[in-house]
Amino acid sequence: MTKCLILSMEEWAEKKNKEKIIVEKINLKIGEFTCVEPISLINTFNAAVLGSWLDSSQITIETIPFEGKCSKCNRSYFPKKENGYKSPCCNFNLEEIISGRELKIASIDFKEK
Amino acid sequence: MHLPISDKIELNILHQNSHQAEKNKVKFNNYNLLCLNIMSSPGAGKTRLLEITLEDLSTEFQSAVLEGDMTTNLDAARLEKLNIPVVPITTGRACHLDANMVSGGLKLLEKKINPHILDILLVENVGNLVCPAEFEIGEHFKVALLSITEGEDKPLKYPIMFREADLILITKVDLLPHLNFDINELKSNISSTNPKADIIEISSITKSGFDLWQKWISKKILKFKK
Repeated sequence: MTKCLILSMEEWAEKKNKEKIIVEKINLKIGEFTCVEPISLINTFNAAVLGSWLDSSQITIETIPFEGKCSKCNRSYFPKKENGYKSPCCNFNLEEIISGRELKIASIDFKEK
Repeated sequence: MHLPISDKIELNILHQNSHQAEKNKVKFNNYNLLCLNIMSSPGAGKTRLLEITLEDLSTEFQSAVLEGDMTTNLDAARLEKLNIPVVPITTGRACHLDANMVSGGLKLLEKKINPHILDILLVENVGNLVCPAEFEIGEHFKVALLSITEGEDKPLKYPIMFREADLILITKVDLLPHLNFDINELKSNISSTNPKADIIEISSITKSGFDLWQKWISKKILKFKK
């Protein structure tokens, strides 16, 4: 995932002229229902970019809650592992996921040299 | 030095992988080749499943395999004995196949055989219930295996894998009489996580359930080729 993030940053920087910018912050949105542990992503990113053009950049992560929709009564709810992700209102299985699958670079804060 | 600028890009971190996966899928479609991504934890029985399946399918369909493994070609060597085209993909330290690796595997497969003559490509992913679930490879369907020795709670502990799967094969069911295992609880946990997934119970020892699995594959191939 870290590699994918760095490749995405490289791709973005190609359009900006990498030599002329300093990236200050990479603002991510990571859903709770993904295979990404935010702190691990930050640590691996910091280690991977040491000495590179992204060395001085910081990652911020906005966690997007895992939210489902009950297919019986249409109410939204926060699925919990403890009750098998079922809706608390009607005890229905998790059919629709409203949010929580996000793996996004929301924005990049940078300065021109 | 200028003032800071905020570039709001809202870009999926995995977009490059998704883009390559889409390219792979276009290639599969052009070859009229159905691709299944086979995933599970290590030791759930993926390679044994393929050995039996490839033999069963051979009377009706032409198959090939991309065999993902971290460090060895042991599984690929097992499957090569069946005289079908097998391309090993050694991922090194990576715990999953990504779309680029599959693209590379497909290029090697094209050197071995004309993919136009194939009906189905089975991609055995690296044994892992976490990362393979997030990385599309261009597959048409995802198949997840779960052996009963792993416990009833795995769909709840690794929900993304089981949420993403189109079909879940419950393997090693011949061991049921010897274990304190509640298969109904497992099925209920699968349905909680993914109510739309098909579920088939199979045993590579007794071959129970393999008729249903083969029917599932045949149906998918025939529908795909229409």
